[in-house]
Amino acid sequence: MFRQTLFRHLSRPLPRLLSTQPSAAFAPAVPTSRFAGVPKGPEDAILGVTVAFNADPNPNKINLGVGAYRDDVGLPFVLSPVREAERRIVHAQHHMEYLPVAGSRTFVDKAIRLAYGEHNHHVKTGQVASIQTLSGTGACRMAGVLIQRFLPALDGGPRDESPLVLLPNPSWANHAAIFRDSGCAVGQYKYYDPATKNLDFEGCVSSLEDAPDGSVVLLHACAHNPTGVDPTPEQWAKLSAVLKEKRHQPLFDMAYQGFTSGDMEVDAASVRRFVDDGHRIVLAQSFSKNFGLYGQRVGCLSVLTDSQEEALAIDSQLKIIARPMYSNPPIAGVRIVEEVLSDPELERQWRAEMKGMAERIISMRTMLKGYLEELGSAQNWDHITNQNGMFCFSGISKEQVAKLRDEHSVYLTENGRISMAGVTSQNVGYLADAVHKVTK
Amino acid sequence: MSSIFSSVPTAPPDAILGLTAQFRADPDPRKVNLGVGAFRTSSNKPYVLPVVRRVEQQLADDPSATHEYLPQDGLQSFCDASARLILGADSPALADGRVTTVQALSGTGALRVGFAFVANFISSSTAVYVPKQTWSNHRNVIPAAGLPRALEYRYLDPSTGAVDIAALVEDLDKAPAGSIVLLHGCAHNPTGADPTQAQWLQILDVVKRRKLVPFFDNAYQGFASGSLETDAWSVRTFVAAGLDMLVAQSYAKNMGMYGERVGALSVVASTAGAEDAVRSQLKATIRAMYSSPPKHGAMVAAAILGDEKLFAEWEGELVKMSARIMDMRVKLKAALEKNATPGNWDRITSQIGMFSYTGLTSQQVTFMREKYHVYMTANGRISMAGLTDDTVQYVADAMKDAVESVVKQD
Repeated sequence: MFRQTLFRHLSRPLPRLLSTQPSAAFAPAVPTSRFAGVPKGPEDAILGVTVAFNADPNPNKINLGVGAYRDDVGLPFVLSPVREAERRIVHAQHHMEYLPVAGSRTFVDKAIRLAYGEHNHHVKTGQVASIQTLSGTGACRMAGVLIQRFLPALDGGPRDESPLVLLPNPSWANHAAIFRDSGCAVGQYKYYDPATKNLDFEGCVSSLEDAPDGSVVLLHACAHNPTGVDPTPEQWAKLSAVLKEKRHQPLFDMAYQGFTSGDMEVDAASVRRFVDDGHRIVLAQSFSKNFGLYGQRVGCLSVLTDSQEEALAIDSQLKIIARPMYSNPPIAGVRIVEEVLSDPELERQWRAEMKGMAERIISMRTMLKGYLEELGSAQNWDHITNQNGMFCFSGISKEQVAKLRDEHSVYLTENGRISMAGVTSQNVGYLADAVHKVTK
Repeated sequence: MSSIFSSVPTAPPDAILGLTAQFRADPDPRKVNLGVGAFRTSSNKPYVLPVVRRVEQQLADDPSATHEYLPQDGLQSFCDASARLILGADSPALADGRVTTVQALSGTGALRVGFAFVANFISSSTAVYVPKQTWSNHRNVIPAAGLPRALEYRYLDPSTGAVDIAALVEDLDKAPAGSIVLLHGCAHNPTGADPTQAQWLQILDVVKRRKLVPFFDNAYQGFASGSLETDAWSVRTFVAAGLDMLVAQSYAKNMGMYGERVGALSVVASTAGAEDAVRSQLKATIRAMYSSPPKHGAMVAAAILGDEKLFAEWEGELVKMSARIMDMRVKLKAALEKNATPGNWDRITSQIGMFSYTGLTSQQVTFMREKYHVYMTANGRISMAGLTDDTVQYVADAMKDAVESVVKQD
């Protein structure tokens, strides 16, 4: 059919498609739906991996595309304080009334204390604007819209173009879409060096120095997604100085606080460094991984300000953004977090089990690297243990990824990203063997 | 360094939410909150449906239950059941495979994703028509989604408190082809005035004539009349006409799951073949907004919709909740007639759903708040759910004083 052929060429979604009517010469006799011209969007790469994995009958198959933590037998893990909190919540027979537009005040206060520390001056004096969000994505989206609406030009006056948000190269695949849909322009700064499988620090610094003054710079607070490569403390200090000098606006995305090293304070070090250096940061937090609450969409956006008045003004604008998007945020997930954090014993269990998750990931990294070295691999696998958090940018090529899939039933995304959550003490030997075979 | 946002202006407070804050701060023991948009029992308490509680208990007791991510388009069993609920299990659109349903953040989220989809994949200059009296957030969602500010079609006849169908049709007759027309499926918010079936057919007529695209907002299916079927009649009649349309659903009121944010958006195409493309773009819109929807409420709703016994129990709850609302309508009207409040109060019982447009002016509303501590929105809208047997006469007496003491201005 003509129409299908025409639109198959449109493999990427076109924003603001103004006309979907075919030319008169090919006008069909029967009227068609106004939705008939909607182009099909690109396939989700990660979903494709999972679909292929599910279809594979090989009992030794391994899914390294999974974006959620798995335990050592490959199962989803619900933290025991979370289960207990849920039992208590159901027992308490709470109502299900709407939360305020800004969400649960109790939750947000706890969230910002976890991020900034109990003794942070801005938090204690009510100078942090904040809002409950639909996890980290929702927080980034709120940040994007706030920036699009209110980021002034450097002289304080109105901008004459969209604000520029710089993402590290590479970044989480969804970041670009979030900020574009917010109405921001999106650019990149150098980050990952494929040659060293490490941070291209000089390139990073120079690209930030070359960017227009006053750009918004998105920083992954810890456990960079997808590379796992994080700056060292010294490098963070230097980045802080560069951003100050260029009057760039830091926007932190912290999706793995506590999940990376196992310690909430350690993982927030970059954020706190910037705050101590005087940056008025914008911070997106997710509780998907550190509380294992993925599908309940628990998050928080905060903005550091210089006064209570300013914080209240920004609070009011964040509510204006939220109301026409979803009116008020979901209640179930934040109730769980509040319940856990309001009981010292549950909180202790949470920190211990979160540490357990982080330590399991780290031990899988150690084992994988160890096995590869034992097998006599000629490659340098140091990056497996140097990189942090759930993901490892393995350096495995596209062709090798295909071989892993076709010859060994090991599934990962084309860019060579391994989710360490998919590695267990049962399968790490098989995995090392497969990786060795395709890379030697 | 100071924040880049240091000169952000304070936004005006939301009218309805501001009212709630004022009410809470009021120490007067006689205060009555008729601004509340949530159901209240006859003891003026929030109400969690027993069937909902039971399902929550089951979920909490289930050792295999997890918090894993839902897909971007949500819980499939929920989406399928939700489409069947509003369109009817025997809907021709479902049989033809012309319906794409995604989970949404309650009604607001369904509207937002639907309008964003139109802006991005139909045309960003699509005109949207809303009833002149409509939920205030509609007018925020539409431009936020990337469409031009909403235009109006006349809706309420203030002298009768019923739909002014001639004016409505006249206005829609001027709408350009392809315009979206927002319609409240039942229990119009804020007026409570719904078209009769004959009037719905007239609206369908002008929609077909002008090639308009209906977007139904269904926040009260089952909650309005007590019958899920009756309250879906308007939507199903339009679907049967084979139109392109969008359908938003909320489970906030009818399942009492307000804070869980449970809803769905269905895109109904007049011809088959577009579903994959439509779904992929709805998912892309959702992904850039919040990645995937919250799980808990959808799990509860899916369990109820998918189990015969739970569903029947839920239907019983709908009858009870709608009956309490209707009881308050009957009693308020009786109280207003008993104390001989000037005016014709038939509209209190001929209107339907949670809200009633009293016809009080903003000055009269202010009078009632200041003298009697009775709270309602400035447009004279009252929430019947805020009334109880204990307060109905007090409110009627306050209304009488307002009508007699304060000359209609506005």
